Amino acid sequence: MSTNGLVIAVPRGTLFEETLDWLDSLGIRTDEVRRNDRKLVFDVGLITMRPSDVPTYVAAGAADLGITGKDVLMEQTDAAVAGAGRDVYELRDLGFGRCTMVVATIEGPDPAAEALRRLGVIRVATKYPRVAARYFEDTGRQAEIIEVKGSVELAPLTHLVEAIVDLTATGTTLRENHLVVREQIAECTARLIANPVAHKLKAAAIDELLERARAI
Amino acid sequence: MIHPIPSGTRDVLPDEMRELRAITEALRDVFGTAGYGEVYTPALEYETVITRGELASLRPAYRVFDENGNVLVLRSDMTVPIARVVATRYPTSEPPLRFCYFAHSYRGVRPQRGHPREFLQAGVELIGAGAPRGTAEAVTVLCRALDAVGLARYRIGLGDASLYPALLDSLGVVAADRARLLDELARGDFVGLERGLRDLAIDDESIRLLLAVPQMRGGADVLHGPAGPVADAVAGLRAVHQLLEAAVAERVIFDLGLSRAPGYYTGAVFEVYDPAVGMPLGGGGRYDNLLGEFGRSLPAVGFALEVDRLHLALAAEERL
Repeated sequence: MSTNGLVIAVPRGTLFEETLDWLDSLGIRTDEVRRNDRKLVFDVGLITMRPSDVPTYVAAGAADLGITGKDVLMEQTDAAVAGAGRDVYELRDLGFGRCTMVVATIEGPDPAAEALRRLGVIRVATKYPRVAARYFEDTGRQAEIIEVKGSVELAPLTHLVEAIVDLTATGTTLRENHLVVREQIAECTARLIANPVAHKLKAAAIDELLERARAI
Repeated sequence: MIHPIPSGTRDVLPDEMRELRAITEALRDVFGTAGYGEVYTPALEYETVITRGELASLRPAYRVFDENGNVLVLRSDMTVPIARVVATRYPTSEPPLRFCYFAHSYRGVRPQRGHPREFLQAGVELIGAGAPRGTAEAVTVLCRALDAVGLARYRIGLGDASLYPALLDSLGVVAADRARLLDELARGDFVGLERGLRDLAIDDESIRLLLAVPQMRGGADVLHGPAGPVADAVAGLRAVHQLLEAAVAERVIFDLGLSRAPGYYTGAVFEVYDPAVGMPLGGGGRYDNLLGEFGRSLPAVGFALEVDRLHLALAAEERL
């Protein structure tokens, strides 16, 4: 079986293996993708990319379906812009890749609480600036959001910030860096997303694939 | 010297302009033949006028003060200004009234592919023609327009903005919960919709139905399910379908999950799709309460096409 002529965006990185296992369970051949970590476009209808690029390709219609984390979708959905509406449909919670988006600070007395009390603002390092800004705004606290690309854990250790907003699965990296979770923002799992136009024009192909997924 | 222009805006030079002009002239011809008179309204309107009553939720993105301290807004579509024109300039005219327009509107969006701040819309408004006849006329004019532009593979998704609220109502979901569920649906978040439904005190059968309905899309067969709350909710769409000529009907995909921003739609809604482009080329629907906000209560229906996206689709169809 195949992808029914659909193009599916597959995330390389932590969701890669489980995504391929899920595609296998639908009867889509993934052995070539597993063998080849350089190639980007595969004949079976799969294309591989960074997880954060998946919504971009799906929104533009370059892929019909895609798999990516809820964290990526949260970061790329701009609730503040009226009329921007839906770029992609979120069809299914695939259940794997479970992580938690958290606020973490150095262990001991909470330096974020102290900063808020004495300085009126918390400095927060994150790879998810929109999620972090929205969360602190929604909870009525002033925060200065500092976007970093690499290891977020470094920022509080060097006193660049008092707190971080990051994704954690087991908490090991946080513990090793003497950080503790203070607040949970959201549970994140892998999601199946669809291009809204493909969802209408290729309805039969998409529904058949979803039926196969329901059967497992 | 390089002198910048704001992100999300652009200059159009003669080669492109010629192609855009060919599209708008083809549309103008179709709209004119169908009896729609062309109008133009100011890009700037008084905020207090254009955001009356229920329209406050539309929140225009650009506001300026004039020399007297009035707040002016850049229009975000042409439908609301034309509603104002009808109430103000045609207070006693015998309906139906037919207008078309070719005009720029303005939205605050993340500038990226297909998200401009300023965009040219070509559209029609049919004022004073109720459902289903008025809706069928609008969809028919829409098909003629797309045919005239030269698109070969377009389809029209046809749904009903009142369908899901009516369904929720008939299954006993209270208004407070409805708003949140409709918001999930509008954002295309079916995972969020399922979570929201499971939080409600309704039976599994109803939840299954409420999850299945927004996924129902396809030929006229989706309108002919078993009797029950869904059959009642799609009665309006069945009535429109019966009025469509065959060439139009075969372009239509019935879509029970279709919902469209802005929020003034009250009945049938539609969107134009082309397999070569990942986003709708335009759309419209019924807005039977909008004219009432301006004091001339008339049912109405209209659509707007984004000229740049039609152009994009034409170019993309050539590649296929």
